[in-house]
Amino acid sequence: MAALERVKVLVLGDSGVGKSSLVHLLCQNQVLGNPSWTVGCSVDVRIHDYKEGTPEEKTYYIELWDVGGSVGSATSVKSTRAVFYNLLNGIILVHDLTNKKSSQNLYRWSLEALNRDVAPTGVLVTNGDYDRDQFADNQIPLLVIGTKLDQIPETKRNEVLTRTAFLAEDFNAEEINLDCTNPRYLAAGSSNAVKLSRFFDKVIEKRYFLRDGNQVCLFS
Amino acid sequence: MRSPSAAQQQGGNKRRRCKFRGVGLLVCLVMAARPFLSPQPLLQEKIRCMRLWTASLRVTMTVALAQWSSQNVMHKKVLFFGFGWLFFMRKLFKDYEVRQYVVQVIFSVTFAFSCTMFELIIFEILGVLNSSSRYFHWKLNLCVILLILVFMVPFYIGYFVVSNIRLLHRQKLLFACVLWLTFMYFFWKLGDPFPILSPKHGILSIEQLISRVGVIGVTLMALLSGFGAVNCPYTYMSYFLRNVTDADILALERRLLQTMDMIVSKKKRIAMAHRTMFQRGEVHNKPTGFWGMIKSVTTSVAGSENLSLIQQEVDALEELSRQLFLETADLHATKERIEYSKTFQGKYFNFLGYFFSIYCVWKIFMATINIVFDRVGKTDPVTRGIEITVNYLGIQFDVKFWSQHISFILVGIIIVTSIRGLLITLTKGMYFVSSVLLIRMSMPLEYRTIITEVLGELQFNFYHRWFDVIFLVSALSSILFLYLAHKQAPEKHMAL
Repeated sequence: MAALERVKVLVLGDSGVGKSSLVHLLCQNQVLGNPSWTVGCSVDVRIHDYKEGTPEEKTYYIELWDVGGSVGSATSVKSTRAVFYNLLNGIILVHDLTNKKSSQNLYRWSLEALNRDVAPTGVLVTNGDYDRDQFADNQIPLLVIGTKLDQIPETKRNEVLTRTAFLAEDFNAEEINLDCTNPRYLAAGSSNAVKLSRFFDKVIEKRYFLRDGNQVCLFS
Repeated sequence: MRSPSAAQQQGGNKRRRCKFRGVGLLVCLVMAARPFLSPQPLLQEKIRCMRLWTASLRVTMTVALAQWSSQNVMHKKVLFFGFGWLFFMRKLFKDYEVRQYVVQVIFSVTFAFSCTMFELIIFEILGVLNSSSRYFHWKLNLCVILLILVFMVPFYIGYFVVSNIRLLHRQKLLFACVLWLTFMYFFWKLGDPFPILSPKHGILSIEQLISRVGVIGVTLMALLSGFGAVNCPYTYMSYFLRNVTDADILALERRLLQTMDMIVSKKKRIAMAHRTMFQRGEVHNKPTGFWGMIKSVTTSVAGSENLSLIQQEVDALEELSRQLFLETADLHATKERIEYSKTFQGKYFNFLGYFFSIYCVWKIFMATINIVFDRVGKTDPVTRGIEITVNYLGIQFDVKFWSQHISFILVGIIIVTSIRGLLITLTKGMYFVSSVLLIRMSMPLEYRTIITEVLGELQFNFYHRWFDVIFLVSALSSILFLYLAHKQAPEKHMAL
């Protein structure tokens, strides 16, 4: 049974946005009872049916690597973290809907993971050096997830959602907004579940089915 | 003390006044305009900042129309306010958005008044401004700081703590008041075991509050100084750096990745087992009906026992992976330090480290002597040092003249490094008040008069003794701690 093929997806984001809760929800279908700080990296596994419902249906293991830390850490911490970024097939970027800075830091997170880290310029405007071209030729599928949706009051919801829509567009990725303490956001058949499933399918496709001549050396 | 003529002083003051007013306004403008510079400013933020801007403008204007002779101090206050605000936003809360402007305002105000206090000490030495206005400012500052420190800050801390607990959400205010009253009770009780009051002062006088704040602050400061005195040479000197090669790091990283792979494969087994159980209809040991119970007894007993065993193995492996990660991070940090020590800056800090280690040893020695021989430093150490050097070298030297300047510079250094230490370690107003008390010791006798006058008859000797004791305890325990940590680390790498 362990002969299923595997796919590695990184889960990145600032401290305290809810990555561990999210991973627990995705893999165990249960809410995480006692969240605590992640030291280093914690991995969990989700079994995913690729192309569910079609004759080409196949089951894969999706490894979700939840790397802890903050994007402004010292270089030594970053180079320690870099050991987890090898051979990655997909990235889930997690940000906190109540905290704007965590969304801004996602640009730096993605650049760090894609090995094209820009030295932190200053503190005032964190995405000043953002260049969409850097993401245009990116082969690795991205997904943007916003957490703590329940803590946003109804009146502010619209403006927050417009902001995150811009964010997802910048990354050329889908976005999901949810609350990690409530499993109904990812209930089977909901639009969020469909988006998630599509993302995983895309990751598996890029890994196993699209072997072009100019593949990036991140593939094994 | 030389004092320039009043006219010269006024002229100098005027120039300084204009400069500081301009800078203060500029800072306020920059702060308020910041959200407009960020890419997608929300309308509400814009409104908030317009309000802030007009408020700060109004404040600056009222301050400008205030007392004419003490313009200098007021504007520096605005300047410090701006600095405090900026520092708060940039360094302390870089990665988090602070919703409550109250917190920012209180922090900036505390910071501004604390800096003004330090500045007044410098004015004391320099002889700027006439002594009555200095006295007035001292009193004003102390009152405001004590008010904020003892009344507002604990109340707001209690309020925010309570509002984070969802149960007590309804009666936030009530519980915040209760917490505050508890704090005041313990704060008051703090004064009893210490011999800090002479009986002639009333209950609600400034001396009471200062003495208590002073005790807490002096303890904290002594702890931090003790630790800092030992940690500083340990960090700066490259003698203590272990030798780390790239091969070590690679080996450790390989171990870490192997552990992660093992965790992953075990988790895959668990996940697959759960899925087959789910597909076969056995959901979480809830047997339905008679046959369900029989089935669960025969089949999944073995299965679930196996699973819980694997789960325990996974937990142990996860703990191991955390340890390995921390060690790897440690190695990377050491390697970076080694590279840094080879640069010019690194060599400079290495030299400073040797210098500091001598200073720390001397301080510990002096603290021991003070305690053992029951002595309090009466003479200013710099004066004594210069006296000794002069007598030894036999040079004709106007000791008094030079010692003023040198002690002023030293006090300035203490202030600057205190501010840095303060802002990084986040102990607020108490640190400043107690710094004032302790700086008094480093100053020659003439300068002490005004501080003594303002702060009343506190038992300063007690504070010095208390500081020495805590400093010694803290320094010795941090030496022990660092020694143990240093010893343990190389052994771990031997086991690779």
